[in-house]
Amino acid sequence: MVGDWRRRPVGRERQVESQVPWSGTIGTRIEAMATTSRRTCVGTTLTEISETEQRIQANGITSRLGCRVNNNGYAKAHPANGHPRFIRESKDEKENRTYPIKLSKYNESFEKVPFITAALTHFGFYILMFLGFINQLLFTPNVAKERKRKGYAPLYENFEQFYLRYVYRRVRDCWNRPICSVPGATVVLKDRTTNDYGWTFEFTGTETKCINLGSYNYLGFAESTGPCAEESIRTLKKFGCSSCSSRLELGSMPIHNELEQLTARFLGVEDAIVFGMGFATNTLNLPSLVSAGSLVLSDEKNHASVILGLRLSGAIIRVFKHNNVKHLEDCLKKAILLGQQNTGEPWKKIIIVVEGIYSMEGSIVHLPEILKLKKKYKAYLYLDEAHSTGAIGKRGRGICDYYDVDPREVDILMGTFTKSFGSAGGYIAGTKVANILRNKHKNTAVHLFNSAFLQTLINYLRVHSHAHSYAMSMSPPIAQQIITSMKIIAGEDGTDAGKKRTKQLARNTRYFRRKLNQIGVITYGNENSPVVPMLVYLFSKIGSVVRTLTTRNIATVGVGFPATPLMEGRIRFCLSAAHTKEQLDYVLKNIEDISGTLGLKYSNKPRDPNPIEYYSDSETE
Amino acid sequence: MTTKLIFLESIDILGTIPNYHTLLFVFSIASLIWFFIKKQSQSVNNQATTDECDRKLEEWRPEPLISEIKKDHPSLTPKTITSRVGKRIIVNEYDCLNLGTHNYLNLTESAEIEQEAIRSIQKYGVGSCGPRGFYGTVDVHLRLEERLAQFMKMEEAVVYSYGFTTIASAIAAYCKRKDLVFVDEKVNFAIQKGLDASRSNIKFFKHNDIDHLEQLLKAQSGLHKTNSQGVETTRKFLIVEGIYMNTGTICPLPELVILCRKYKLRIFVDESISFGTLGATGRGITEHFNVPRHEIDMIMGSLEHAIGSVGGFCVGSSFIVEHQRLSGLGYCFSASLPPLLATAAIISLEIMDNKPQIFQILKENCHKFHRGIKEMDIFECPSFAESPVQHLYLKKQLDNEKEKELLEAISDKCIENNLAVIVPVYLNVEREQPRFSIRICISSSLNQNDINFALNILNKCANEVL
Repeated sequence: MVGDWRRRPVGRERQVESQVPWSGTIGTRIEAMATTSRRTCVGTTLTEISETEQRIQANGITSRLGCRVNNNGYAKAHPANGHPRFIRESKDEKENRTYPIKLSKYNESFEKVPFITAALTHFGFYILMFLGFINQLLFTPNVAKERKRKGYAPLYENFEQFYLRYVYRRVRDCWNRPICSVPGATVVLKDRTTNDYGWTFEFTGTETKCINLGSYNYLGFAESTGPCAEESIRTLKKFGCSSCSSRLELGSMPIHNELEQLTARFLGVEDAIVFGMGFATNTLNLPSLVSAGSLVLSDEKNHASVILGLRLSGAIIRVFKHNNVKHLEDCLKKAILLGQQNTGEPWKKIIIVVEGIYSMEGSIVHLPEILKLKKKYKAYLYLDEAHSTGAIGKRGRGICDYYDVDPREVDILMGTFTKSFGSAGGYIAGTKVANILRNKHKNTAVHLFNSAFLQTLINYLRVHSHAHSYAMSMSPPIAQQIITSMKIIAGEDGTDAGKKRTKQLARNTRYFRRKLNQIGVITYGNENSPVVPMLVYLFSKIGSVVRTLTTRNIATVGVGFPATPLMEGRIRFCLSAAHTKEQLDYVLKNIEDISGTLGLKYSNKPRDPNPIEYYSDSETE
Repeated sequence: MTTKLIFLESIDILGTIPNYHTLLFVFSIASLIWFFIKKQSQSVNNQATTDECDRKLEEWRPEPLISEIKKDHPSLTPKTITSRVGKRIIVNEYDCLNLGTHNYLNLTESAEIEQEAIRSIQKYGVGSCGPRGFYGTVDVHLRLEERLAQFMKMEEAVVYSYGFTTIASAIAAYCKRKDLVFVDEKVNFAIQKGLDASRSNIKFFKHNDIDHLEQLLKAQSGLHKTNSQGVETTRKFLIVEGIYMNTGTICPLPELVILCRKYKLRIFVDESISFGTLGATGRGITEHFNVPRHEIDMIMGSLEHAIGSVGGFCVGSSFIVEHQRLSGLGYCFSASLPPLLATAAIISLEIMDNKPQIFQILKENCHKFHRGIKEMDIFECPSFAESPVQHLYLKKQLDNEKEKELLEAISDKCIENNLAVIVPVYLNVEREQPRFSIRICISSSLNQNDINFALNILNKCANEVL
């Protein structure tokens, strides 16, 4: 029966078709369902359970049945449905099952570059540099000259200028491309051309519609129609674009409070505070949380805003290897053992700063291990969920949801609204620190609760945050977009539209990543991360891939030195719930084509010879 | 015989070869032994350090993540705004005349801007879903940059998505370690953060004191290395505000420019307040003083004040501004400005271009207000007469906390009497705690009645409180 299911066509037709064999009353359906579920449970493979579940969903009675695959591997059914037996399993069975699922959450791949490619990459880069050098001797354009500042110290470093003008310029057309539509599943690029090899650009007046794999539109909320846009327009009409004041002066509107409460509820913590810009959320709040005398252990691939925020804080920063829990533990041990740099005194506090999904690597943080370390070494954890909130986890609540970890265990949850919510701004959320403290110092807790003092992270930020006091409050229509989209994701709008989106994104991610592996290109990162970097190594290949894909109406992003190590030029695909299977197939077909002609099939891993199913995998939930 | 000869010969050969190989052999054995012994002792060491680590960990009491705050701290209950921010504003349910927010031209109430912003949502959606580099450059951003450059008659403009970050990022993009930066001591918090990020060598000069600046410059000249052409290799910058956010005073730009040329400084001006307010057509402080704009290396401004949108911008020559597109952290690594806000800013610029008379009205309002305040005997106001931001300090100087308390009582009383004025919020991490004041933001939408009303209420409330 289950095998039969696999062969059915995907997409909408499947759903329609699936109605046929189940055409009875709901009651009989449930009964039938329970039998199937039991049967598949005996089979003990997760794939089957989840398929059953998909089937249930296809019949539109999910909410009542509530049968789900939990991450630790046993299916849960609502007791009201009258089949409690179905969730009871022997302990052994449970343990046996946890293993493959846990493993799949950590399934990350960072394939080594083949030696010959490494050598070629270096060689290619030096050729570029050499040509650039000759070019510089022969030609300096007007834009590169400063006027009326004779006798001044040169404004820029020589190498930096040389690199930007004579190396980067050759591929400059691959970035900063102007668009003139919603950055949704497709995007309309404004064509431009250059007559002077990248120094200046002119618009040709034509437009190209491309499939958009460049924008961070994970859940597809970049929309110009629909409830989000309508609600935002309504708010814009009522409150205008801006309050022209900071939150603590005359910029606090009820909409901000509503958003803060909703965010806290969404993330499962007590309180949250929101800011008008995601970048500023990191840079303007980290300095009020860490100070001189504290130690910060920061992942080497952390975002620029985190690094800037830490630099502003004056704390000592030590960098640990990307997502390497063992190295982090070594750093922690060393910090405890040696204390502060010069004096040897113990550190005031140690803060671990990590991101949920790393936007350039596509990797997912090993949160459970880091939480263990944090507890063991009495450190605090700052988790930047810029890319993960909304985009990952069964219910789209981010990394904590993905690993099924209590979000209150993370001291500081930070995230942005730009990506999954299709808006702008950022938040910091957290729980009462006093609760955590109580466990640590039992005697001080009494004092904390009885005094006139309050010790909660978010209230502390309300008093001390730079952004809260000085920077402009969030624009009302921007806040409204977040509220509407967040309610949809959380299902508070009364529909399952949000659930469909998170599911669609997970499916797209799995399908796209697996297909890419089958093609034989090297991709980095976790199997479940919607950010997919495809390694092309050579600097010049970044340019050629981006350009070739554009001619085939696919918009992607290339990333090269200095944003990545010299050796690791890459193309990055950002998947979205808005992409359809047909669109992804079109993209994959073209990638396959060009990876042959441009030589991108670097991978030495064995390839899966079976066709990849779009709907069939167990981990879509 | 032959075998014997071969044997002897080989013995001979052995004798002639120097015994390097033996030495090498002994050496490698020795190093291997040393390596193993070391490893062994290290593992013993490791055990010792783990124990010590555990012991230290046991003893260690880390500080709490955050410090305590008072339950009744005023920042926890900010004033709630329940209306659109325009000429009038509803603060804590009092319908007030708005003198508290920075909408100097009252463009937040423009129906035209609202219409275009709605159209923008219908075309582009709300967010831009990406940084400028990665498909976050919407055509309205380019149009806004072009309009700003045109408006200021400079080569190029760059738009950021947040006012605070604009200034902090732009400064840190140019000023690096070992550079020398001269800064007025009263600069706003955003500039202070930009300077922190730059890690340059910073010299503060007394507020608007040209002589003090020149002294500092003289002391510095000749101290630095020169290159082969006799040009000093240390970059020098001067950073000032057009109108100071924290005092309302204007900077003496012409004198500063002369000093800059003399001592080879590059000058950056933060025109967050003066852009769109000063000068006959709102071009800012350069127009006010009639200073040629190419004398200023870069002008930084905000779209959050006169323009009535969100964001910030920098204008200058292409040589300078272009650099930020890859080095301005807040530009490169942040999502771009939502298109609807960029559209709103474009329309604001158009209104400013088409209705230069609003600047005249604003200027008159500022003068009227300034005169009115000067007549009051409770407050003193060192702010510039044409500045839309006026700071009212208590004439009788008390200690800082006491002053804050009194001023906040006055401002609360004003709000109860339907006049929204505020005491600006400063954090204690400011380089130098600014003196507390009542800050008044004057708008072009006020008429004579409003001004009289505001002055009366201010006077009345101040007298009641003091």
